Amino acid sequence: MDNENILTRKIHQALNEGRKALIPFVPAGFPSKDRFWDVVVELDAAGADIIEIGVPFSDPVADGPVVEKASLRALEQGVNLEWIIEGLAENSSKMQAGIVLMGYFNPFLQFGLQDLAQKAGKAGANGLIIPDLILEEVLPYIDLFNDHDLAYIPLVGLNTPPERLKDYAGLNPAFAYLVSVMGITGTRTGENKLLKDKLVQAREVFNCPIALGFGLSTKDQLERIRDLVDAVVFGSALISHLDEGKSAGDFLRSWR
Amino acid sequence: MKKGYFGSFGGMFVPELLVPPLAELEEAVNRIMPEKSFQEDIARIHKDFVGRPTPVYYCGNLSRELGFDLFLKREDLAHTGAHKINNTVGQALLARHMGKTCLLAETGAGQHGVATATAAAMLGLECMIFMGALDVERQSINVQRMELLGARVEAVKSGTRTLKDAINEALRYWIAHQQDTHYCLGSAVGPHPFPLLVRELQSVIGREAREQLLERTGRLPDKVVACVGGGSNAIGIFHPFVNDLKVQLVGIEAGGSGRTGDNHSATLAKGWPGVLHGTHSFLLQTPEGQLLPSHSIAPGLDYPGVGPEHSYLKDSGRAGYEVVHDHEALEAFRLLSGKEGIIPALESAHAVAWAISDRAGIEPGSQVLVNLSGRGDKDLNIFRKAEQDTEN
Repeated sequence: MDNENILTRKIHQALNEGRKALIPFVPAGFPSKDRFWDVVVELDAAGADIIEIGVPFSDPVADGPVVEKASLRALEQGVNLEWIIEGLAENSSKMQAGIVLMGYFNPFLQFGLQDLAQKAGKAGANGLIIPDLILEEVLPYIDLFNDHDLAYIPLVGLNTPPERLKDYAGLNPAFAYLVSVMGITGTRTGENKLLKDKLVQAREVFNCPIALGFGLSTKDQLERIRDLVDAVVFGSALISHLDEGKSAGDFLRSWR
Repeated sequence: MKKGYFGSFGGMFVPELLVPPLAELEEAVNRIMPEKSFQEDIARIHKDFVGRPTPVYYCGNLSRELGFDLFLKREDLAHTGAHKINNTVGQALLARHMGKTCLLAETGAGQHGVATATAAAMLGLECMIFMGALDVERQSINVQRMELLGARVEAVKSGTRTLKDAINEALRYWIAHQQDTHYCLGSAVGPHPFPLLVRELQSVIGREAREQLLERTGRLPDKVVACVGGGSNAIGIFHPFVNDLKVQLVGIEAGGSGRTGDNHSATLAKGWPGVLHGTHSFLLQTPEGQLLPSHSIAPGLDYPGVGPEHSYLKDSGRAGYEVVHDHEALEAFRLLSGKEGIIPALESAHAVAWAISDRAGIEPGSQVLVNLSGRGDKDLNIFRKAEQDTEN
């Protein structure tokens, strides 16, 4: 499809190569303000299909300790949306991966959503993931985001009822993000029936690709649900890996 | 108005994983709470366990000096020493009807934690309390009370290690334990339906006071004054007066030391709208939308947000909001103790301080109702320390 969203296209490309799309999440300003964009470029070079850049917030209620710590560290260094968008504008032309900004609503709201849509779109962001902006609350902004080719990526959970999945599907998202655990980021995903059933359900409801995230640290976690997932997101595991001084490229290669 | 909104304030800004338990709660609020048997149970608990109705007291000594009639709604006489219990017994009873076996709560200074643990013990529910690590140190007596009442108290070591972080952690815990756990949020804040639920449960304060004053004086008060942190005692006493347009509603925020650059908790006076803990309301924040640390000498007012309905009442002009500083609250604490024999909570002392100040500009002969939301025994250490600091 010519008018296919770039994020959807990235995932389809990976699937066409016979693999899952890889979506690393890295908090802006991590491991340091100086090195952050090198890490992003390295992730891109190592084959990330989409990169989620975390916009720091002082009170990240959906996140576990690893992401929260990274987020607070970024804030101490003065990382904010302006810095992220500027850096993105400088670096996006070097990269192949789709770019998604992931962050809580208040920093976006204070930046000004009109401004955000314009500037982030122009700098090379392709989508937004806002964990505390659910369906009912995003509706006033969805046209604005769409007008600037910023895809709103819905997060759904193991406890999201089928009719609500359908409501989200009605937004025609570029992809849907299934949170694999009933918990916060970094909670380890088990292989359970609930997850498998929800994936089957999501497949029926959504026309778009399905990404799985929260609590993925090793490839064998995907063993039994391989056919039901199009893309995988990893955050806490990557952060811990980088924190040990290891390279982003190595981490990604272990998943390819 | 959009569901869960007060004008442009309120809403449900939560992770999707919290939508099902919030929907379940909303359904229970609408179905179970209006039932006759639920209302009868609440009435009985209020009477026998909480000690309601709490009296309205006429401050004869102060009124003579001030030249107007000062009345106090005595929530300090409610069980556990504050209005918090009105909310927790209601939510605990609702939780039991919903088949939940555990009550989860955040607490700042420990008052809401104690009130939740108390309600949980009375109704045979388990209880889990998140409290900022800094507050656990500062309020060790309340930690002991909660544990004695059977609660598990978890010290929160993230962020500023205070109330705001305790709420973050409670929300995280609720995501993972929503099946058997009810989140007993302690103020009229948070995502829909909490601001409505807490208002409903705290409105008993205003309903009683309105009736008691009418009976006693034959008329409604000219002003109703209450302190505002998250704002549950204030919305509880304001709500039944909202349609009495001649009654002025005045919320008092904590201004901290009043020195430039010091932290404070005057969210409505100095903040602007944003989103925190699931609701769109006034916040103390940086221009980039990061939350600022708050401070007040009254631990219960120490929160960088405020209930969305207060933002609405401010915006619509139905209520006015004023700021009282630490030293004024301390003076009112001393004054009310010495003149009326009532030691107020430092939170409530903010409301008293404004009512007796020249700034209030209260006409002679008028009638003022102050919500004395809690008792002050808990604050003696803070008071003594502040006295010493002034002397040095």
